[in-house]
Amino acid sequence: MPYIPHTDKDARTILQAVGAGSIDELLASLPAGSRLKGPLNLPGGLPEQELKALLRDLSSRNVTTGEYSSFLGAGAYNHYIPSVVDSLISRSEFYTSYTPYQPEISQGTLQAIFEYQTLVCQLTSMDVANASLYDGASAVAEAALMARRITGKEGIILSAALHPEYRETVKTYLVGTGDHISEALYCTEAGTTLPEAIEKNISDNTACVVVQHPNFFGSLEDLAALSEVVHRKKALLIAVVTEPISLGLLRPPGVLGCDIAVGENQSFGNPLSYGGPYLGFMATKTEFVRQMPGRLVGQTVDKNGKRAFCLTFSTREQHIRRERATSNICTNHGLCALAAAIHMTSLGEGGLKKLARLNFSKAEYLKNRLKTVGVEPAFRGQTFNEFTVRLDKDPETILKSLLKKKIIGGLALKRFYPDLKQHLLITATEMNSKGEIDAFADAMAGVLVPAAK
Amino acid sequence: MSMNGAKGLLLEEPVIFEKSSPGRTGVEPASFDVPEADIEGIIPKQMLRGAIEGFPDVSEMDIVRHYTRLSQWNFGVDSGFYPLGSCTMKYNPKVNEEAARLPGFAMLHPYEPEELTQGALQLMYELENYLAEISGMDAVTLQPSAGAHGELCGLLAISAYFKDKGRPRTKVIIPDTAHGTNPASSHLAGFKVVPVKSEGRGVLSLDAIKGVMDRDVAALMLTNPNTIGLFERNIKEIADFVHKKGGFVYCDGANLNALMGIIKLGELGVDVIQFNLHKTFSTPHGGGGPGSGPVGVKKALAPYLPVPRIKKTRSKYSLDFNRPKSIGRMKAFYGNFSIMVRAYSYIRRMGAEGLKRASETAILNANYIKENLKGTYHLPYDEPCMHECVFSDKYQLGSGVATMDIAKRLIDYGFHPPTVYFPLVVHGAIMIEPTETETLETLDKFIVAMKAIAEEAKTSPQALKDAPANTKVQRVDETKAAREPILRWRKG
Repeated sequence: MPYIPHTDKDARTILQAVGAGSIDELLASLPAGSRLKGPLNLPGGLPEQELKALLRDLSSRNVTTGEYSSFLGAGAYNHYIPSVVDSLISRSEFYTSYTPYQPEISQGTLQAIFEYQTLVCQLTSMDVANASLYDGASAVAEAALMARRITGKEGIILSAALHPEYRETVKTYLVGTGDHISEALYCTEAGTTLPEAIEKNISDNTACVVVQHPNFFGSLEDLAALSEVVHRKKALLIAVVTEPISLGLLRPPGVLGCDIAVGENQSFGNPLSYGGPYLGFMATKTEFVRQMPGRLVGQTVDKNGKRAFCLTFSTREQHIRRERATSNICTNHGLCALAAAIHMTSLGEGGLKKLARLNFSKAEYLKNRLKTVGVEPAFRGQTFNEFTVRLDKDPETILKSLLKKKIIGGLALKRFYPDLKQHLLITATEMNSKGEIDAFADAMAGVLVPAAK
Repeated sequence: MSMNGAKGLLLEEPVIFEKSSPGRTGVEPASFDVPEADIEGIIPKQMLRGAIEGFPDVSEMDIVRHYTRLSQWNFGVDSGFYPLGSCTMKYNPKVNEEAARLPGFAMLHPYEPEELTQGALQLMYELENYLAEISGMDAVTLQPSAGAHGELCGLLAISAYFKDKGRPRTKVIIPDTAHGTNPASSHLAGFKVVPVKSEGRGVLSLDAIKGVMDRDVAALMLTNPNTIGLFERNIKEIADFVHKKGGFVYCDGANLNALMGIIKLGELGVDVIQFNLHKTFSTPHGGGGPGSGPVGVKKALAPYLPVPRIKKTRSKYSLDFNRPKSIGRMKAFYGNFSIMVRAYSYIRRMGAEGLKRASETAILNANYIKENLKGTYHLPYDEPCMHECVFSDKYQLGSGVATMDIAKRLIDYGFHPPTVYFPLVVHGAIMIEPTETETLETLDKFIVAMKAIAEEAKTSPQALKDAPANTKVQRVDETKAAREPILRWRKG
């Protein structure tokens, strides 16, 4: 039997040792008559070779971002993952261990998380960061709950230019604790959150305002200006970053007046994998650390005074505090954080800055190429590596035509924003070659203006 | 006995920032094949960043050695026996790792049109059905990212059900043996927690539930087998009573590894269960995740599961967002897909017969350890156990030795310690879960080690207090870490 080493003799030895004639005698506490009579209705087991063939066949029914040119982003980014990342996270001492409860035999995981926490702090210019959360969306929900604990206030204002699935997640998470959630409109010309809309919604009961930067439309937000509006009412400003490569180019949340920075670190070292597992990050100011959810690693010493690391501040956590814990989170996304740390480390400061400039340049090139075929940006705001365009035709039809040319041309926004019927969100990264971008623009021209018959 | 643990060469390694030398790059990004954009001309200067203070600049080889050394300070399932109770540290098959890395699974964007992702949707659809069959549930969502995330999802669905029926309920009953995530998730879902004690034999009694169950109780949240490793033998009567009062029964599925192919929780009155794919279904624990926490429910609760659901019409798979009663979303996208691939691969490799054999063997192994160590260690509940058994340090306390010392000494013998000080109802608990993937020889070595440690506790207790002796660092000062927090590296 796969993965089970016992021979019949071993099983007999065990039964004898425990004084049972059969396994059934050990199961006497199970309700009589409820034991399954027949086998589960599942396919029969497969030898490894056949299993692999089956999985290969199943996977081949998907079209990868390598087979088609993909211009999708919207919270999940196609980036190059250096070979060192997978090689090192495949060290089984990392991936077959669990939460480092026993620090003496978990120093590897603990130091790696400590380094990851530091890298997130450096990237965001915040004081402290946790070991990871599930993903960007749940990280925003946790940040909103954290802001309530810090301020003792209830109201949550979400920018309408925050990723729609993040907004849905926040609403789902907070339903049990009273939602008090409102949305602040975005400016239809600039594609950025309207400070007036925040002024309109904010009150003395507002715990936090949540703004994504670059936002869901790809536009850059003026966090410094929003920070003034938010802090005047003694609320917290939560910055959300879904594309952290942008932090190689843009001023980080920590110097723009943000109190909590959260987001998605998938871009660093984690494959697209059809949406998960990704990696929520959270960083904040020192004064708020005891209200932060999630695991935290601290530096300390062992009994000989040697530098050592361990999990700390666990009195915030569910296994100690139970229903009074800062969060219910237990298993988080440790291996994804390791992958992110290795990728960040392998880029270094120079590499990350270059990668950010490269992403920006690819997107600007694509933006300009599309302009030449009559496709204009929908908003006037600056962007990083994605932007929204407005088409003269139904985007769904355009996307279908592009698919025939093996191009995944972006995300039609009307599924999330019924008003943006003709809008398409387009992303370019270092994975899109100049040739691909040119072909995309040409194809777009072709499908927008069908050749005269 | 001779110890399993031997000395190896462990190398010291600074934190990565201390190895930095400005100008070095590990892996250079691709070259510019488009003109470099005039950033300063496009983006206002006050929006651009200067230095990334402290970011490390290291060479590729440095990175490889750094993380290789770190990994060598770790102990994983591949390193040795890891009987961490309640965590099901079974072998993580290598073929699953390969499966998750197939380009057709790994290089797939979540917003690709459905016609390009039929293989992924089929895999998810089938995995949902397998999990429903194993547990006896009617519908399964794969969206939650971990066990606790699944708990929250299940509880929110229960809450939504009562709101939808126009009679919201406010309380959840939780036994004192429960994982801490249960009360934490209930609180987050907006419920008040009503604790209930297990009776003398370590299981719940119908009378105890009758004493607290009323029409404000939305659910009883239990774990079965419970955290003492015992099957909740009164579950059917208890579930009938909870149902009679209009409530639901939530089962924390963390311990499902004991039940596959033996009994279906859904047939015993359980209405909601979360599956920990990283426990029962062999996906690796990753040093603390990522896991995956699908949720199975009975028909009445299916309309409330998160969106999207996966639908099959003839032979085409699609994502169904039109679910007006749904609780919404637990996260962006559809769940931890690459973990689902691993679990799918495991179930297909094992088949029905293999899964049953896995559960039976897990039970055999736990009972073997229990029988061999009772007498040496205090066994608070002497009953046939399921997949794990719980001892305490009662017999050793007299020598001034406690559970933590026993755990640390095990490290010197080459074993990962069991779960300690949990469940809370057993003072000084030592919770051992061997899993089905360990050989009899390994179990024997572990038993001999545990007996040797009990002997040492009498003859040389200091050896336990000083343990572990062979690790990279010795006893770590966790109090100092909390009192003088250093949560990040800073340039000294």
